[in-house]
Amino acid sequence: MEALEILFTASFWVAAIRIASPLIFATMGELICERAGVLNLGIEGIMTAGAFAGWFTVYLGGDLWTGVLVAALVGMTLGLLHSVLTVPLGLSQHVVGIGITMLATSLTYYFYRLALPEVTSPPKIVPFEPWAVPGLSKLPIVGEALFNQTPLTYMAFATVIVVAWALYRTPLGLAVRAVGENPSAVEAQGISVTIIRTGAVMAGSALMAIGGAFLTMSAFNSFFFNMINGRGWVCIALVVFGSWRPGKALIGAILFAAFDAYQIRLQQLSGGIVPYQIFLMLPYALSILALIVVARRATYPKALMVPYQKGER
Amino acid sequence: MRLEPKPAPSLAASILYPVGAIFGTFIIAGLLVMAAGANPISVFGLVLKGAAGSQFAILETLTRATPLIFTGLAVAVAFRAKLWNIGAEAQFYIGATVTVILGTGALPLPAFILVPLLMIAALLCGALLLAGPAWLKIRFGVDEVVTTLLLNFIVLLFVSMLLEGVLKDPMSLGWPQSAKVMTEAQLPRIITGKRLHYGFVIAVALAIALWFVMKKTVLGYEMRAVGHNAGAARFLGMPVNGIVMKTALLSGGIAALGGFSEVAGLKGNLTLDLSPGFGYTGIVVAMLAMLNPIGVVFSAIFVAGIFVGAAAMSRAAGVPSYIADVIVATSLLTMVTAIMLSRYRVRWR
Repeated sequence: MEALEILFTASFWVAAIRIASPLIFATMGELICERAGVLNLGIEGIMTAGAFAGWFTVYLGGDLWTGVLVAALVGMTLGLLHSVLTVPLGLSQHVVGIGITMLATSLTYYFYRLALPEVTSPPKIVPFEPWAVPGLSKLPIVGEALFNQTPLTYMAFATVIVVAWALYRTPLGLAVRAVGENPSAVEAQGISVTIIRTGAVMAGSALMAIGGAFLTMSAFNSFFFNMINGRGWVCIALVVFGSWRPGKALIGAILFAAFDAYQIRLQQLSGGIVPYQIFLMLPYALSILALIVVARRATYPKALMVPYQKGER
Repeated sequence: MRLEPKPAPSLAASILYPVGAIFGTFIIAGLLVMAAGANPISVFGLVLKGAAGSQFAILETLTRATPLIFTGLAVAVAFRAKLWNIGAEAQFYIGATVTVILGTGALPLPAFILVPLLMIAALLCGALLLAGPAWLKIRFGVDEVVTTLLLNFIVLLFVSMLLEGVLKDPMSLGWPQSAKVMTEAQLPRIITGKRLHYGFVIAVALAIALWFVMKKTVLGYEMRAVGHNAGAARFLGMPVNGIVMKTALLSGGIAALGGFSEVAGLKGNLTLDLSPGFGYTGIVVAMLAMLNPIGVVFSAIFVAGIFVGAAAMSRAAGVPSYIADVIVATSLLTMVTAIMLSRYRVRWR
C-alpha cells in the first residue's frame, strides 16, 4: 500500500517534473534533428559539454542566464560540426554521431582538468532557485509539481510549445518536416536542403546542451564526470516512443521521469532486500521495452539517415 | 556543393588523405596543448617516448592494444554488414564475467582444457548478448544503436551487482572486486616478468582468421553484400536476416573474447574499471583501419600508443591525459572525412 501512496504525494511529482526537464530539452532537440532527416547521436556528448559550459560560465562569475546562453552556443557549435560532416559530406550519421559524442566528452574532460587541475571535489555554484507562480502554485499537488519549479523547467515546457508551433504552424517548420520526408521536393521549391538541415541540427543541438546545463545549474550545483549517464540515449528512445511528435514526446519524457522517480523511492522502501542495481537498470530496460512496443507502428521520417545530394534521385 | 565519385580513386589519394587526417588531428591536438601552456613539439615527443621509447613502453603499448584489437575486430565485423554494434563494451564485460564465474574454481580442470573452455563460454555469452538486439532489429525493426547503447548501462549495473553480491571476493575488504581466477585459467605471459600476455597472440591470430573469413569465404562475401546494399542482397535471394544474425553472433563473441583475454591474461580478476571504454574506443580502432581486420591490429597499436604515451607525458608535462581521448575522437572524425574525400570530388556548383 505504501508503494501506491507515493504516487499521491507532491514531493514525488516535484521530483518527476525535475527529472523530466533535462529530458524534455534534449528530446525536443533530437526531435528537431530527426524531423529534418538527421539522426544526432552526438546528443550524449553535447549534453556533457552543455552541462560543463553552463556551470563553468557561472563558476567564472557569469550570471545564470549567461551560462544557459553559453551552453546553447557550445551546443550549436558541436551541431554545426555534426551537420558539416553529415549533411553536405553525407558521412555515416551513426559514425559521426558517436564521434561527436566522444569528441565533446573528451574535450569537456580535458578543459575541466585544465581549469581545475588540483580539485578532488568540483566547486559548487548557486543554481537556479524555484520560482513559485503566484496563485497557481497553491493548487494541491499539481501546483507544487508544476508551478513551484525553477525557471529552466518552465522554459522546458515552453520549448515544447514553441517547437510544436514552429514545426506545424510556420513555413520554416514545414520546410524542416519536408526535408525529413522528401528533400528533392524542397529543393524544387528553391529552398536549400543543406541550409535547412544544418539549421535544424544546430538548433536541436543547442537544446540538447541546455538540457545538459539543467543538470549542473538547476537539478544539482556542480559538474561531475559521467553526469549525463545515458540520458542522451534515453532521449533518442523517447523520440521514437513519441512518434516524432513534440506533444507525445513530452508525455513520454514525463512518464519516463515519473518511473525514474518512483524506482528511487521503491529502492528506499525495499530496505536493501533487492540489490539497488536492479532498480537503476529499470529505466534503461523500460526504454528498450518502449522501443519494442512502438516499433511496429513507428513511422520514421522517410529521409531519416538518407544523405541528400543535389541532382540525385 | 555536390559530391561526384572519382572514376578511379588513385593510390596516391587513398594514402595521402588518411595521412593528412592524422596530421590534421595532431594540429588540433597541438592547439589544445598550447592552450594548456605547453610546447606541442615537446609534448608529442614525450607521448612518442612514453609509447615506444623503451622496451617497457613498447610492451606496455602492445598490452594496452590487446583488448582494443578484440573490440576493434568486433566492431569492424559488425559495421561491415552495417550492423551498428555500439555494445562491445557490454559484451566485453560479459566475457570477463563468465571467465571469472567459471575460472575461480567452479571447474577444477587442467589448463589445456580449462582455457579453451573459458574462451568458448565467453564467446557464447557475448554472442547471445548481441543476438538480442539483432533479433529485435530483424523481428521488430528496433534500431540496434539505441538498444546496444542502453544494454551497456544495464550490463555494467549487472556486473556491479554481482561484484557486490555473489562474485565479491571475501578477502577484498569491502572493495567491489572478484576473486582471482585459478592459475589453470590464466593465459601465460609472453616474456616472463613482463605484462604482455598470450591474449595478444590470440588477438592477432583472430585478426588474420577474420581477414580470411571476410575476403575468402561465402559468409564474408554475404556480410559485405548485406552491408553494401541489403535490398539488393535480398533481391538476389540472400537470407539477409540470417546473415545479420550470424554477424551479430560473431561480433558479440569476439568482443567477449576480449574480456576473457583481459581477465585471464592481465588482471586476473573482475573490477568495475576493467575497461576504460574499450568498447567505444573499438569503434575508432575499426574506422581507422577502414574495417580491415589486419588493419585493426595496427590501428589498435596506434590508439593504444596514444593512451599509454599520453599517460606518461601527463605525469611529466602537466597536460591532462584526456588529450589522448581528444586525439582518438578527432582522428575518427578526420579519418572518415578523409576517406570520403579520397573517393569523391567536391564540386562547388
